[in-house]
Amino acid sequence: MKSILIQNGHVVDPANQIDGEADVFIQDGKIVKVGKGLKVKADQLINAKGKIVTPGLVDIHVHLREPGFEYKETIASGTLAAVAGGVTSVACMPNTNPPIDDQAIVYFIKSKAEKEGHCHVFPVGCISKRREGAEMSEVGELKKAGAVGLSDDGAPIMNAELMRRVMEYAKMHDLVVIDHCEDMDLSNNGVMNEGHASTVLGLRGIPAASETVMVARNILLAEMTGAKFHVAHMSTAGSVELVRQAKKKGLNVTAETAPHYWSLSDKSIKNYNANFKMNPPLRSEEDVAAIRKALKEGIIDCIATDHAPHSSTEKQCEFDEAAFGIVGLETLFAVTYSHLVEPGVVSLSRAIELLTTAPSKIVGINKGTLSEGVDADVAIFDITTEKKVDVNQFKSKGRNSPFNGWNLRGWCELTIVSGEIKFKSGE
Amino acid sequence: MTSKVKAVVMEAKDIERALTRIAHEILERNKGIKDLVLIGIKSRGEVLAERLAVKIKSIEGTEVPCGALDITFYRDDTDTHQPDKAPEQTELPFDVTGKKVILVDDVLYTGRSARAAIDEIIDFGRPTAIQLAVLVDRGHREFPIHADYVGKNIPSSAKEEVLVRVKERDGKDEVVIAESEK
Amino acid sequence: MTWKSKDLLTLEELSASEIQTILDTASSFKEVSTRSVKKVPALRGRTVVLFFQEPSTRTRVSFELAAKRLSADILNVQTASSSLVKGETLIDTLKTLESMTIDALVVRHKCSGVPLMLANMTNATVINAGDGFHEHPTQGLLDLLTIREQKGKIEGLTVTIIGDITHSRVARSNIHGLQKMGAKVRVCAPTTLMPMGIEKMGVEVYHDLDKALKDTDVVYVLRLQLERQKKNLFPTIREYSILYGVTNERLKRAKKDAIVMHPGPMNRGVEISSGVADGPASVIDEQVTNGVAVRMAVLYLLKGEKTQGENA
Repeated sequence: MKSILIQNGHVVDPANQIDGEADVFIQDGKIVKVGKGLKVKADQLINAKGKIVTPGLVDIHVHLREPGFEYKETIASGTLAAVAGGVTSVACMPNTNPPIDDQAIVYFIKSKAEKEGHCHVFPVGCISKRREGAEMSEVGELKKAGAVGLSDDGAPIMNAELMRRVMEYAKMHDLVVIDHCEDMDLSNNGVMNEGHASTVLGLRGIPAASETVMVARNILLAEMTGAKFHVAHMSTAGSVELVRQAKKKGLNVTAETAPHYWSLSDKSIKNYNANFKMNPPLRSEEDVAAIRKALKEGIIDCIATDHAPHSSTEKQCEFDEAAFGIVGLETLFAVTYSHLVEPGVVSLSRAIELLTTAPSKIVGINKGTLSEGVDADVAIFDITTEKKVDVNQFKSKGRNSPFNGWNLRGWCELTIVSGEIKFKSGE
Repeated sequence: MTSKVKAVVMEAKDIERALTRIAHEILERNKGIKDLVLIGIKSRGEVLAERLAVKIKSIEGTEVPCGALDITFYRDDTDTHQPDKAPEQTELPFDVTGKKVILVDDVLYTGRSARAAIDEIIDFGRPTAIQLAVLVDRGHREFPIHADYVGKNIPSSAKEEVLVRVKERDGKDEVVIAESEK
Repeated sequence: MTWKSKDLLTLEELSASEIQTILDTASSFKEVSTRSVKKVPALRGRTVVLFFQEPSTRTRVSFELAAKRLSADILNVQTASSSLVKGETLIDTLKTLESMTIDALVVRHKCSGVPLMLANMTNATVINAGDGFHEHPTQGLLDLLTIREQKGKIEGLTVTIIGDITHSRVARSNIHGLQKMGAKVRVCAPTTLMPMGIEKMGVEVYHDLDKALKDTDVVYVLRLQLERQKKNLFPTIREYSILYGVTNERLKRAKKDAIVMHPGPMNRGVEISSGVADGPASVIDEQVTNGVAVRMAVLYLLKGEKTQGENA
């Protein structure tokens, strides 16, 4: 395998406290050295002057849709979208068909990813068999096969007793329990956040309490069981407060949020455009402010996209009938940079941490660093050139982005996965 | 659209005389007022019809029924024409069937308004006759329509406008030729 | 009076002067409905599609009559007879209709926002005949016309809307329309039928009917969807009727000359007593009459450019 030397870039590697101009030397798919003015011979030189060089981003909340929904996305198209966004590791959610509730599906996804994928793929196993929320899946076997966490994502665990048992059992297997926190009864078939905006639009509302109530229940169960519990796509001010208290108590509770929860609110929903429909829904401006504050204060541990591709038929229809979810991999860094770093909510190196080491730690994978000897997963970003988001240029099969047409900075120039260039902008 | 007045072609006295003559002509031709009704086209035709009714009453001593049409819904240019005000109501306080209708308008030009008015009247019933009385005939007909009673023929250019002003609406009785400034 | 917009989707987007124009035009059309030949040729040769994807008799019949009195050709496309039930998407159905060169589409749909979505995808005029819980602009307009006729004005009046505000498109259109025309709007409902953030729409919120009715010029009673009871939005129809049913006794709290309105169909003895519905204050029949006139006015004003052939 050939060697690569990335020269003169601004390297940001929070795990190793690097934040300045340096070179990165890659050989045989591994990081060999990061340092200033490296005197080494390499097969390929990459000039990264004026660019940001980071560990490949890690997104622990992605829907690759395969198997079962290949018309929305495949492992091939989803991982290509990932590397186009500078993401080199994804944890994929188990709401496939069949769902990832036994070893066979884990193996299928891993082998497919190896053959057709463009980045590292870490499956998340189901909490319950067939994602029905009734019986626990074979958690031990899933772990053995390579699942990095447990979730019935898309479907919350309404049965508190099941959640308790899964937490107890997952703890024994050192697996994090990730819950899509939502009380379905409170959501009551709602399609957007309940508040002034839903009242004016005449759309059925999902109250903020529908998420917050479940976060509270799960934190109490995590306290009781001592399990590692992770709040998926946190969106409300109330959840932020609960996680803050849980952390103060020293519980094993972490939380993620997605770029749309700090860059958009329920007031952004215009013309009943279903590309603004996701679950949890875009919340009130007060919630958005709380999410930004939580990112600043470290109450939220990491950023994940909840990349949820859908076909155009599922989105270009009645808002009530449209599928929940938006794509996010290809705009992840640009929205983070332009709407979190540039306004000064977090520093660049903190943003990189939220996108690399922090998520890796939650699911327990050795990713998100440029430490010597690790897989050479590297991303190079241009943070000076402004470019318009154009969904038609997406590598993902999904075009369902609320950010279409936005002018953003922070676009991925080049992505290296295990020492191989997997994406180069303009190619 | 504003207009610059070029000439006053009829003053109040002229209008008065013309209407008196038309009233006499109507009575002469119809041999009295039996079954006669006056229908003005809104808005100035309505005013002129009411004045003719007063004159006829002063000659014959009997009231002639008077109505008014708003022809907006019968126009043939509704695809391109944006009216500058909301349409008004048509008021026909009598049945037109069996009547001799004197249709009254201020200016006869292309004949399209008269066509619309005739169509509208026919939707209300079957008059025995419809006759047309206008204060001014300015030519440039586009339809085979002629006036039975004309106050004054005023040959004009298509670039000009002939404006009839009446006291009741405009504060002053006069007919002017104006340059249209589009 | 120039009419710019291609569609009528909401009262929220209309200005006071545009509403005024529609009401003035509607007044003229009322006269047409009193003629022996109740028809004018204003929309001759136009095709109006009544695209009703939710059961509705009143509104559909009213639009149909309005279009017929304007001499338009009418095509009824309803849920049962449309291909929507066969799984065709809304967009494909729209494209099919559009290929038949239609001029106007009157849309009723159970999902909020559908008329707006369709309007963005077609050159035809789209008229919202009620979408989900969002708006019902022609109902709002006919209500405004009725109030203006009965009271001689709208500005300065106090209008109290009583009932299920959460699920009412009629309430939303009336709130927008009445406020634009200078009326003060109160809403009165149990807390469970009052949507979150409604006060931000500039209305006064009441839960006590007697207080809400005090000094009211117009009492607007909404229809109660009886099946909402199963969703725990009120305990029983009996209790709702006791707390929020408008009776002659309770009407005494309103102004002496107050009028009572209802969009129909009524649940007599639930939200409104027969005594009120048939009493001297009721202008419910007038609302229906004005519905045809308002819809004629809207169809007439929005008729736009005539559809040409595909390549013209």
